[in-house]
Amino acid sequence: MAQMTVRTAAGPPPIATDTARRLPQVVPLRGIPVVVAVIGGLVAAIATNRLWALDFFHVAGGGLWTGVDLFVGFVVGPIIGRLSVPARVEFSSRFMPAMLLLMPTLVICTLAAGWQLARHEGFILSSYPHHGWVVASMAVVGVMAVVALGFLEPANLAVLFELRKPEPDGALIGRLMRRFAYTAGITGALQVATLVIMTRLATT
Amino acid sequence: MTATHSPEPAGRSDVDRLPPVAELTIGSMALVIVGGIYLAAHLPRRADLGPAIGLLSASGALLATAVALLARVRPFARQVFFRVAGWALLAYVVIAGMLEYVFVLDGTRGELLAVLTLMLVVFALDIPFLFGFSVARYQEPRPT
Repeated sequence: MAQMTVRTAAGPPPIATDTARRLPQVVPLRGIPVVVAVIGGLVAAIATNRLWALDFFHVAGGGLWTGVDLFVGFVVGPIIGRLSVPARVEFSSRFMPAMLLLMPTLVICTLAAGWQLARHEGFILSSYPHHGWVVASMAVVGVMAVVALGFLEPANLAVLFELRKPEPDGALIGRLMRRFAYTAGITGALQVATLVIMTRLATT
Repeated sequence: MTATHSPEPAGRSDVDRLPPVAELTIGSMALVIVGGIYLAAHLPRRADLGPAIGLLSASGALLATAVALLARVRPFARQVFFRVAGWALLAYVVIAGMLEYVFVLDGTRGELLAVLTLMLVVFALDIPFLFGFSVARYQEPRPT
């Protein structure tokens, strides 16, 4: 059975367990066909401009994106923070590769379908009576993009590469995982702001 | 699993002394996103391009500064940087290409298309650069 050695900055003497080393794939190849199928459906929805399909991708993608962000930020994140370093590493090696495929797919579906839906319905035109709310939603999405691409995804990638080392640094993984969870929480909270804007647009 | 507790390896403490490459790149990305929102907010009218060109120039300058600062860092895990940045660049070239196609399909032409294209170029360079740096900064440089 392979062994995993985890370095931590401070703490008790080395602890030996029998947990097998699981070297994480940076990109889980088994998930790629699912992503390709989803993106294919999205492209078809945009190309055919079908209102139902666009609405489906936008609402389903946005709902899942919001739910996952809030769950990771406010439920999973605090739990990870209380785990031991080896448990945190074990969890991260299974959780982070899945997030690397899931989140960009949800974001692409939500935003691409949302933009096309807004064009279809005329929401992006400056003559639209509630154009200010649409611009506000673009601003919120812009902030979310900066947080997600500038902080969340880099932390995700850095954790995955750290886990592939012969001696992953548990303290570094802990710091990066906390950053990942906090930024997921921030984007989740911003998503709630988007939900407020979108429900207002849909009912006025 | 064996958990050992050892001091920081050589090179790891250098992480804290790296120049503000990530901050500059995130700033560059933020400026180009603001520029894109500014242009999109004026559709279907054509917005005054002055502010957008200003934001684009500032964004490009921040990215160029980040590249120059990173090029001077020694030692740095460049193999890892180029591996991550290369794959991310491939993905973002595809995404930027799709967006460019949508712009052209929607009838965007002339100076507006040129500004949007340059914004896409900066955006498509920002993210791979940031991803590559974010991973490579924690990797041991290959001995020369």
